Amino acid sequence: MFRAIKYSLSLVAALTANFSFGAWDDLNMSPGATQLSQEIFGLHMTVFYVCLAIGIAVLLAMAFILFKYRKKEGVKPADFDDSTALEITWTVLFALILIVLAVPATSVMIKAYDDQEGDINILITGHQWKWQYEYIEDEVGFFSNLSTSLDKRNNLAPKDENYLLEVDEPLVIPTNTRVRFLITANDVIHSWWVPDFAIKQDAIPGFVNTGWTYVNEPGVFRGQCTELCGQYHGYMPIVVKAVSPEEYSTFINDKKQAKIQQALLTEKLWSTSELMEIGEATYQKNCVACHQVGGRGIPPVFPSLVGSEIVMRNKARHIEILMEGVQGAAMASYAEQLTEVEIAAVITYTRQAWGNAETGDGKIVIPKEILDYKNNKL
Amino acid sequence: MSAVIDSHHDDHHHGPAKGFSRWLYTTNHKDIGSMYLWFSLVMLFIGGAMAMVIRAELFEPGSQIVSPEFYNQMVTNHGLIMVFGVIMPAFVGFANWMIPMQIGAPDMALPRLNNLSFWILPVAFGILLSTFFMEGGAPNFGWTFYAPLSTEYAPPTVTFFIFSVHIMGASSIMGSINIITTILNMRAPGMTLMKMPLFVWSWFITAYLLIAVMPVLAGAVTMMLMDIHAGTSFFKAGGGGDPVLFQHIFWFFGHPEVYIMILPAFGIVSHIIETFSRKPIFGYSSMVYAIASIALLSFVVWAHHMFTVGMPIAGELFFMYSTMLIAIPTGVKVFNWLSTMFKGSLTFETPMLFAIAFVALFTIGGLSGIMLAIAPADFQYHDTYFVVAHFHYVLVPGALFSLLAAAYYWIPKWTGKMYDETLGKVHFWMSFISVNLTFFPMHFVGLAGMPRRIPDYAMQFADWNMMVSVGAFLFGISQLLFLFIVLKCIYNGKAATTEVWEGAKDRGFEWTVDSPAPYHTFSSPPSMESLKSSS
Repeated sequence: MFRAIKYSLSLVAALTANFSFGAWDDLNMSPGATQLSQEIFGLHMTVFYVCLAIGIAVLLAMAFILFKYRKKEGVKPADFDDSTALEITWTVLFALILIVLAVPATSVMIKAYDDQEGDINILITGHQWKWQYEYIEDEVGFFSNLSTSLDKRNNLAPKDENYLLEVDEPLVIPTNTRVRFLITANDVIHSWWVPDFAIKQDAIPGFVNTGWTYVNEPGVFRGQCTELCGQYHGYMPIVVKAVSPEEYSTFINDKKQAKIQQALLTEKLWSTSELMEIGEATYQKNCVACHQVGGRGIPPVFPSLVGSEIVMRNKARHIEILMEGVQGAAMASYAEQLTEVEIAAVITYTRQAWGNAETGDGKIVIPKEILDYKNNKL
Repeated sequence: MSAVIDSHHDDHHHGPAKGFSRWLYTTNHKDIGSMYLWFSLVMLFIGGAMAMVIRAELFEPGSQIVSPEFYNQMVTNHGLIMVFGVIMPAFVGFANWMIPMQIGAPDMALPRLNNLSFWILPVAFGILLSTFFMEGGAPNFGWTFYAPLSTEYAPPTVTFFIFSVHIMGASSIMGSINIITTILNMRAPGMTLMKMPLFVWSWFITAYLLIAVMPVLAGAVTMMLMDIHAGTSFFKAGGGGDPVLFQHIFWFFGHPEVYIMILPAFGIVSHIIETFSRKPIFGYSSMVYAIASIALLSFVVWAHHMFTVGMPIAGELFFMYSTMLIAIPTGVKVFNWLSTMFKGSLTFETPMLFAIAFVALFTIGGLSGIMLAIAPADFQYHDTYFVVAHFHYVLVPGALFSLLAAAYYWIPKWTGKMYDETLGKVHFWMSFISVNLTFFPMHFVGLAGMPRRIPDYAMQFADWNMMVSVGAFLFGISQLLFLFIVLKCIYNGKAATTEVWEGAKDRGFEWTVDSPAPYHTFSSPPSMESLKSSS
């Protein structure tokens, strides 16, 4: 409450003392990091000042009328009820103001819709509740998850500056390059918004929307999903890191190397404890949102894994669910999201954990089986 | 006193029946109007309690009192209840009470239909609220219920939600048919269309909007039903369907719907400003044309809710221009209200205070509406708290304040008793201050980047959110005072005069009948001559 009072005072101070943008930081849109975002910011300020002027004029006129024409002894109210000239005047005035606003709005709109191919093209796919980024030319990609801990969210640990705006792996883009985003979704509608780029595009299953940016200076830019997409809608932030083109090519090469390493891992001999360790981490990152910490889910929407027939005794179906998802239910396919090792590990983990191994068959799954499943499908 | 005379008396007894059956079987427009109003007041407190849960959760960053899943159920049902259970039925309640009295008719044209259209409403909301106790929880996909979140990914209770929306739609359509029929057929002799009171005009146009768009909503939910249960793919991308189609259909209903919630308010506010300025309304015919233009424009602006779905640029520009056009008739209305007060003789009783606040704060909501119409800027505003601020400014100090104003304005006529003016003013000032404390800072957090419909938020939004929550709690408490004022008026108010407000009897038929208005009014039509100000 004190903070609220303090801020209302600082609001008054900001409005009266000076109009420097510093004081506006908490109150206004950010001008952003690209030419387009700055133009949109400029348009926003133009419209804002026009509306502010109209608002102040109307409210002042109203205050004047309320004071001047309050009921007084012996003063009779007028009885006019029409003035065609006056009404035509203000109708024309409104139309003129709107034209003044429509002209810059149209020109900024045309610039925003300048939809050429980018120097690099990135496919962005919204999933419940994470973003997938794929660099189309370089054929590498990854998933980006919220990295704020549950302890912070549950007020068990102090929150820091980037609370709910931090991810395990940010999208990396090069500066001084035209980057085009192709935006779609895998389940429900999401919306990819980075205020500093002035890009907000809905990610819609079955559609590919586009947006583009051209960042001049390196920096970290944060945004959030802006279309209600289910219970963890508030927990799928976006972090974009703009780096120099050199740093960017290093990043891409590292990604390509990692992809090759990953493929080799399916040949390795795995122990149950190794799989359990990776499986638990994978579960915490990808499954816990729906199936919950103890594996009991939130039936009927998110079924319990504890004592489930499939988890205990039907290994083939268990693999199939992870690979294909469940039609008509919230369970998505993880074939693309997770590596073969992670899928094998998380299946092994759920078959062993929470007493499932004692009552079920407790069979483990090795990465090779997942690879075979994929190859058989081809 | 002989028995013969007694039974004769009973045959002609025109008072209400006794007990619950009076309300269940009534075809009296005043009874039905009262039931609509009480129903919406109850719903206001239910929907308001949900808003309190939302604001308690958002009081500080971090998880507070409810899970994200339940938070979504609160957001969804708060919206559904406030739109379909509070604002709309309350306006229908006023229509029932006031339209026959304002046009000099004895009752609504279709009294039995009237009874039915009310009584299916509690059924609809009973079904909707019962989903909270079902497996999977209540609807959680927002009041706009975008597919596929509301179809493939919805909780099983979505089917109850669909049924409930169908019933609400049927109720609205029946109510609208009744209102149009009444207005067209039952006006007092000499009351031509252009002499009708503005509240009647505003409802006449609103009723046509309802008849035009409620079937569209019914179509949308039926397609959802088919997608969920009959294997169709209207909105399923995987089956060749189109999730964006849902949004087009929804907003083709949804945009006229938001005007359905504001046009009757325009009528109410016009009457109140006229009465308390002691001066005829300025520009009556331009007021009527403005309402009609807003209604017509409402059919060609729907995709301004969808500027970020990836429309072609021609679509963006068309919907931007058409939306901006709405500012013209709306501006005309605001200027006409100011001109009505200009050179009047103003007094500031509670209804007038709410009406003045309506004009001032609705103007703020209208101006943020112009900002939102600017499509490129909307890329930044869309689905942030700036939008939440905008539509709450037009719906709370807009529609809801007009309803409160109307209740204070007409309650002396309904009950024959005056409300407590001091308490009314206290209620007004508490509401006015807290409504601004609640919704004004939302502009700031929205511009600073806070998305809507999130149960937790980043640190930089913390201070304003705390202020918003404090304002919301105050606003919630203030409305309990309103309930107290109404009950005090009914049980303990001072007697009201026939005219109630100084000079009112020249301004409408409703002020020429006794206070309280007799159970049956105007069994023979009144004469237009009795109204001085009928221009």
